[in-house]
Amino acid sequence: MKGKSVRVLAVVPAFNESSAIGGVVAELLRVRPAVDVVVVDDGSTDGTSHAAEAAGARVLRLPINLGIGGAVQTGFRFAARLGYDAVVQVDGDGQHVPSEIPALLEAMSKSGADVVIGSRFLDVRGYTTSPVRRIGTRVFALVNSLVLGRRITDNTSGFRAYNAGAVRFLSDNYPQDYPEPESVILLGRNGFSIREIPVRMRGREHGHSSISAVRSVYYMVKVLLAIFIDLFKERIVRQEQ
Amino acid sequence: MQIRIQIASILVGLVLLGVIFQLIRRNRLQEKYALLWIASVVIVLVLSVWRGLLESFAACVGIFYAPSALFLVALFCGMIIALHFSVVVSDLTKQNKTLVQEIALMKEELHRRAGDRARRKPVDRKRRR
Repeated sequence: MKGKSVRVLAVVPAFNESSAIGGVVAELLRVRPAVDVVVVDDGSTDGTSHAAEAAGARVLRLPINLGIGGAVQTGFRFAARLGYDAVVQVDGDGQHVPSEIPALLEAMSKSGADVVIGSRFLDVRGYTTSPVRRIGTRVFALVNSLVLGRRITDNTSGFRAYNAGAVRFLSDNYPQDYPEPESVILLGRNGFSIREIPVRMRGREHGHSSISAVRSVYYMVKVLLAIFIDLFKERIVRQEQ
Repeated sequence: MQIRIQIASILVGLVLLGVIFQLIRRNRLQEKYALLWIASVVIVLVLSVWRGLLESFAACVGIFYAPSALFLVALFCGMIIALHFSVVVSDLTKQNKTLVQEIALMKEELHRRAGDRARRKPVDRKRRR
C-alpha cells in the first residue's frame, strides 16, 4: 500500500441533514491526503442531496428510506464496484471530525488491521456522555470481550476505516438493525482484525441523536438481543477473489 | 352436541377450500403460497370427517374433549402459515433493500454520465433535441 497512492472513499450516510451536510462535505474535501466523498441520502425530504451535491460530493439517493444500515451498505457497494482501497465511514451530522481521518488510515496501514474504529472512550478528549450511556458502553465492551476475546471500547462509534477486503465482505453482509455494534461482532467472528484509536468527537451541532438518553437502556437491551441472535447465525463463508 | 361441531367444522373447511381454489383460478394466489393453506384445510377436514382418528389423537395427547384437539391442530396450522409468511416477508425485505440500493447506484451513474456528456459535447446534445 505504501508509495502508491491509496484511493480512499468517505461514505457519509445522511437522513434529513441538509443544515449540517454541506459543512461536513466541505470539511471532508479539505482532508489531506485527499479522499473522495460520497453522501448516501437515505430518502431525505429536506434537500439533503442538493446541499451535498452543491458542496461537491457525489450523492447516492435512496428512493426509499432504508435506515442507517442499508444506507451505509449502499456506500460499501459503491466503493467495492469502483475498487477503492479503503472506506472511511463518517456521520452526516457533523459529530465526527474529518481531520482525524488520516490518523484512522495511518493506524490501519501501520497495524495491518482490516478495520479501525475511532473511539470516544479510549482517551477522553472533549466528549462527555450521560451516565446511562457510559454504563451501556461498559456492557457492550464486556460483551465484545466475551464474544470476540478482545476489548472494543466504543462499538457504537460510526467513525471507522475499512480496508478493501472488509468493504467487499460488508457490501454483501451488512447488518440492518443496529449496524455499528452488530458489525463489530460480525467482522470479529469472521476473522477480520479490528483496532481502535482514540479520536475527538464533537457534540451534535444540529438535531438530536437518534438515541435519546431516556431510551438508552431500551436500545441497549435491543442491541444485546440482536447480538445474541447473531451468535446463532452461521458463519459466512468468505469468497476469496 | 358433538355432531353439530363436526358439521360446522366440515362446512367451514369446505368453504375455505372453495375460496382457496377460486383465488388460485383467478390468479390472486400463487400456488406456492396456496400449498400450505390447502394442506392445513385438508388436515382439518380429514379430522372433522373421521371422528375415530380425531378421538384417538385427542386421547394420545391427553385432551379429554375431542373437538378441542381439532382447534389445537387448526391453531398449529395457522401458526405454521404465519411463520412461513414471516420468512417470505423477510426475503422480500431483503430483495427490496437490494433493489433500492441498486437503483441509487444506477441513478448516480446515469447522472454522472449525463454530466460528462454535457461537458464534452454540448453541441451534440442540443442537436439531438
